[in-house]
Amino acid sequence: MIIIFYLFSFLLLAFALGTVLSKNLVHSALLMIGSFFAVAGLYILLQAEFLAMVQILVYVGAIAVLVVFGVMLTRKGSVKDSNLPNRYKKVGALSAVIFFALLVRSIINTSFPAPSSPVVGANTIIQIAQTLLTQYAVAFEALGVLLLVAIIGAIIIGKETK
Amino acid sequence: MVIEQFGWLIPVFPLVAFLLIVGVTYRFKLLSAIVATFFAGLSLALSVLIMVQKVINPVTTEKFINWLSISTPTQTLLNIQLGYLMDPLAAVMSFIVTLVATLVLLYSIGYMKGDEGFSRYFAYISLFTFSMLGLVISNNYFQTFFFWELVGLCSYLLIGFWFFKPEAADASKKAFITNRWADFGFLVGIIGLFTVFGTFNFGQLATQIPQYQNALILLGLGLLVFLGPVGKSAQFPFHVWLPDAMEGPTPISALIHAATMVAAGIYLVARGYALFYSVENVMQVIAYVGGFTALFAATIALVQKDIKRILAFSTLSQLGYMMMALGVGSMTSGMFHLTTHAFFKALLFLGAGSIIHAVHNQDIFKMGGLAKKMPISSWTFVIGSLALCGIFPLAGFWSKDEILTVTLQHHFVGLFVLGTLVAFLTAFYMFRLIFIALFGQKRSDHHAHESPWTMTLPLIILAVFSIFAGLVNTPWFYQWTGFSFSTLVYFHEPEIPVIHWSIAGLSTVAALLGIFTAWMIYARRLISADMLATKMSFLHRVLSNKYYIDELYAWLFKYVMLGLGKVLDFVDHVVIDGLFDGTAGAIRATGVRLRLFQTGRLQQYALLIFVAVAILVLWGVR
Amino acid sequence: MIGLTHYLIVAAALFCIGAYGVVVKKNAIAVMMGLEFMLNAININLVAFNHFLHPNLVLGQVFAMFIVGIAAAEVALGLAIILSLYRQRHSIAVDEMDILKW
Repeated sequence: MIIIFYLFSFLLLAFALGTVLSKNLVHSALLMIGSFFAVAGLYILLQAEFLAMVQILVYVGAIAVLVVFGVMLTRKGSVKDSNLPNRYKKVGALSAVIFFALLVRSIINTSFPAPSSPVVGANTIIQIAQTLLTQYAVAFEALGVLLLVAIIGAIIIGKETK
Repeated sequence: MVIEQFGWLIPVFPLVAFLLIVGVTYRFKLLSAIVATFFAGLSLALSVLIMVQKVINPVTTEKFINWLSISTPTQTLLNIQLGYLMDPLAAVMSFIVTLVATLVLLYSIGYMKGDEGFSRYFAYISLFTFSMLGLVISNNYFQTFFFWELVGLCSYLLIGFWFFKPEAADASKKAFITNRWADFGFLVGIIGLFTVFGTFNFGQLATQIPQYQNALILLGLGLLVFLGPVGKSAQFPFHVWLPDAMEGPTPISALIHAATMVAAGIYLVARGYALFYSVENVMQVIAYVGGFTALFAATIALVQKDIKRILAFSTLSQLGYMMMALGVGSMTSGMFHLTTHAFFKALLFLGAGSIIHAVHNQDIFKMGGLAKKMPISSWTFVIGSLALCGIFPLAGFWSKDEILTVTLQHHFVGLFVLGTLVAFLTAFYMFRLIFIALFGQKRSDHHAHESPWTMTLPLIILAVFSIFAGLVNTPWFYQWTGFSFSTLVYFHEPEIPVIHWSIAGLSTVAALLGIFTAWMIYARRLISADMLATKMSFLHRVLSNKYYIDELYAWLFKYVMLGLGKVLDFVDHVVIDGLFDGTAGAIRATGVRLRLFQTGRLQQYALLIFVAVAILVLWGVR
Repeated sequence: MIGLTHYLIVAAALFCIGAYGVVVKKNAIAVMMGLEFMLNAININLVAFNHFLHPNLVLGQVFAMFIVGIAAAEVALGLAIILSLYRQRHSIAVDEMDILKW
C-alpha cells in the first residue's frame, strides 16, 4: 500500500511537472494524460473506485482528447517550441514554491479528527447513486443542463463565422 | 347683491376670448375681432352693473379660496389665496379698464385692417385685458404680483407686436427688462410683507399694519413695494421704457397709457395704501417722485417732434401727478385723476392713431391742416387736449384742481407750485402739437381723410366721457344725487367735494397762459420757435435728448454692469472653475498613472491573485 | 502508514504545479492544462477527506464528480474560445491577448 501510494504520487508529480516544464506542447499533453491516470490510481487507493473510473473516462477519454484536438488545430510554427514560458517564469516558480511550503506547513500543523467508524468494503457506487439522485438531484440535473449549455455554447463560439 | 357674486367673471370673459381666438378663430380674422370685442363688451356690461351696485350700496365683497397653504401646527409658513375683492375702488377701476379696452378693440378693427397678425393682435389684447382685470380684482399681493407679471408679459408682446422692426423688438425688451428691475424690488417687498405679517391679503394687512411699531421695517417694505409701481407706472428713474413703447400699434399705446399697464402702478399704490400711509417718509418719497416725474416729463415733451412721443411724455407727466396726489395723502384725487385721465388720454392716443393712420407719418411737422380733412378726429383730439390741460368744465379741470387743492391742503407748497408749472407746460406742449399738426398749412404732401366709423365712434364716446366724467366729483353732482367719486373711493374718510375757486382759477390761468404762449409761437408766429431753440440751444439739446437718461443707462450698463459682469466672470471662470478644474485635473492625473496597473495581461492578474492568496495564507497561519 | 496528511501534501504539490502552469505558460492550451491540475488537486483533497474522516459517507466523492462534470464543461468552452481566438488572431499566446486595458 505504502509503496503503491509513493509510486502513484511520484508518477503524478513527475508527470505534472513534466507537463508544465516541457517545451513541446504534444509532450505536455501526453504527460498530462499520464498524470490523470496516476490520479485515478490514487482514487483507487482511497477506495473511490467509481470515481477512478469516471476520472479515466472523463479526463483521459474526453478532456485529454479535446486538448489534443486543440493542440492539433492551433498548431503554428515548430512543435518543439510550442509551449514556452512567459516572462513570469521565475516569479511564478518562486511563488509556487513558497505557496507550497505554506500549505505544507499548515497541513502538518493541523490535527485532523480521528475517522468516525470506518466501514471497509461497502459498495460506494450504490451510495453515490443514492446521494446523487436524492439529496443532490437538483444539483445533478443542473449539472446536466450546464453541460448541455456548454456544448451549445462551444458550438456557437467555435463555429466558423463568415 | 346677487350680481356681485359674479364679479370674478369680469376677467374671465377676456380670457375666454383669448382662448377662443387662439384655439378656434385664429384663421378667421374678422371673427377673432368680433369675439374679442364681444367678450370685452360683456365684461364692460358686468362692470357697469357692479359699479351701479356699488354706488347704491358701497360695501366690500371678498371671496377667496386657499390655493396653497403650508403650515405647521403652530404657525403658517405659506398661505397663498386665490380670490377676488370687489369694493368701489375695484369697481371703478374695472369699469375704466373694460370701457377703454372695449373701445380700443372696436377701434382696432379699423386700425389694424389688413395687418398680418390681426388675430394675434386681438388675442394679445384679450389676454392683456384679462391680466389687468385679474390684477384689479385681486384680494392679495401674491395674486396681484402674478397678474402684474402677466401684464408685463402682455405689454412685452404688444409693444413688440411688429417684432420684425428692430426698434419694436428693442423697445419690447427694454420695457420688459426695465419692469423686471422694478418688479424685483416689488417681489422682495411682498415676501418681506409676508415674513413680517404672515399674510398677503390686502384686508388683513390693512388691519395689521397700523398696529405695527417698527417704523424702519415698514419704511423698507413700503419703499420696496413702491418700486413695483415706479416701474409699471414709469416713474423716474424707471420711466425710460414708456416713450419707447410707442413702437407698438397706436391703439396699444392708448390701452397701455390709459387703462392697463401704467394704471396698474397707480392702482397698486391705492390698493396698498394702508402700507404706504403708515410711514410718512414713504409718502413723501411717493409725492416727490411723482412731482419730479411730472415736471421732468413735461419739460421733455416741449421739444419732441413725434406725436406719440409727445403724448407718451404727457402720460409720464400725468402719472407723476397721480403719484404726487397719492403721495400727499389723497387717494381719492389720485384715483380720480387716473379715471379722467384714462378717458382723455385714450381719446388722444386713439385720435393720434387715427391721424397717423391717415397721414402715415408720426412727425407733427409733416402734418398740418388736418382739421379740415378729418374733422371728427381733429375736434375730438382738441377736446381731449382741453381736458388734459384742465380747462373748465372738462374732466381734467376737476381732477387736476382736486390734486392741486389737496397738495396745498397737506402743506406741500413746493409741489403745489410745481404742479401749477406743469399745468402751464402741459397746456403749452399740447397746443404746440395741435397748432402744428391740426391747423395751419399742409406741411407735407399727405392725403389725409377721415377714418371709418369703427375708429371715430370710440373717439366720440371717449370725447363725451372726457367732457362729462369730471362732473361726478363736483358739489353740484353730490347735491343732486347724494354721492360723488370722493364718497365712493376714499381712504379712511369719505370727502364731500368742494371747489376752491382760487386754486381752480390759478391752474386755469396757468393753462390758458400755456395755450396762449403756444398760440403766439406756433399759430401767429409772433415769436420764432427756431430763435428760441438757438438762444437756448443747450437747454434744447438736453431736452431733445430726454436729459440723456437713456445714454446714462447705456453708459451704466456698458461700464458698471458689464464691468461687474467681467469681475464675476473672472471669479467664476478663474477662481471657482480653477478650483474645480484643479481638483478634476488632479484626479485625472492620478487616474492616468493608476490605469497603468491595468495591463490587460491575464497571467499577471493570475500571478497577483496567487501571490495575494499566498500572503493571506501566510497571514492566517502565522 | 499512509495518512490523510500525505495525500494532502501530494494534492498541494499538484495544485502548486498547476498554478505555476497557469501563471507561466504562454500557450493557452497549456494554461488550461494547469487549470485541470488544480481541479484534480482539489478532487484528491475531497476524496481523501472523505476516505479518512467520514468513510461511511460518499459526499466527498459526489462533490468530486460535480467538479469533474464542471471541468468537462469548462474544457469544452475553453477550447472553443481558444479555437475562436486562433481563428481571429492566428495566435493563442496568452500574453499577446492584452488589449483589454486602460
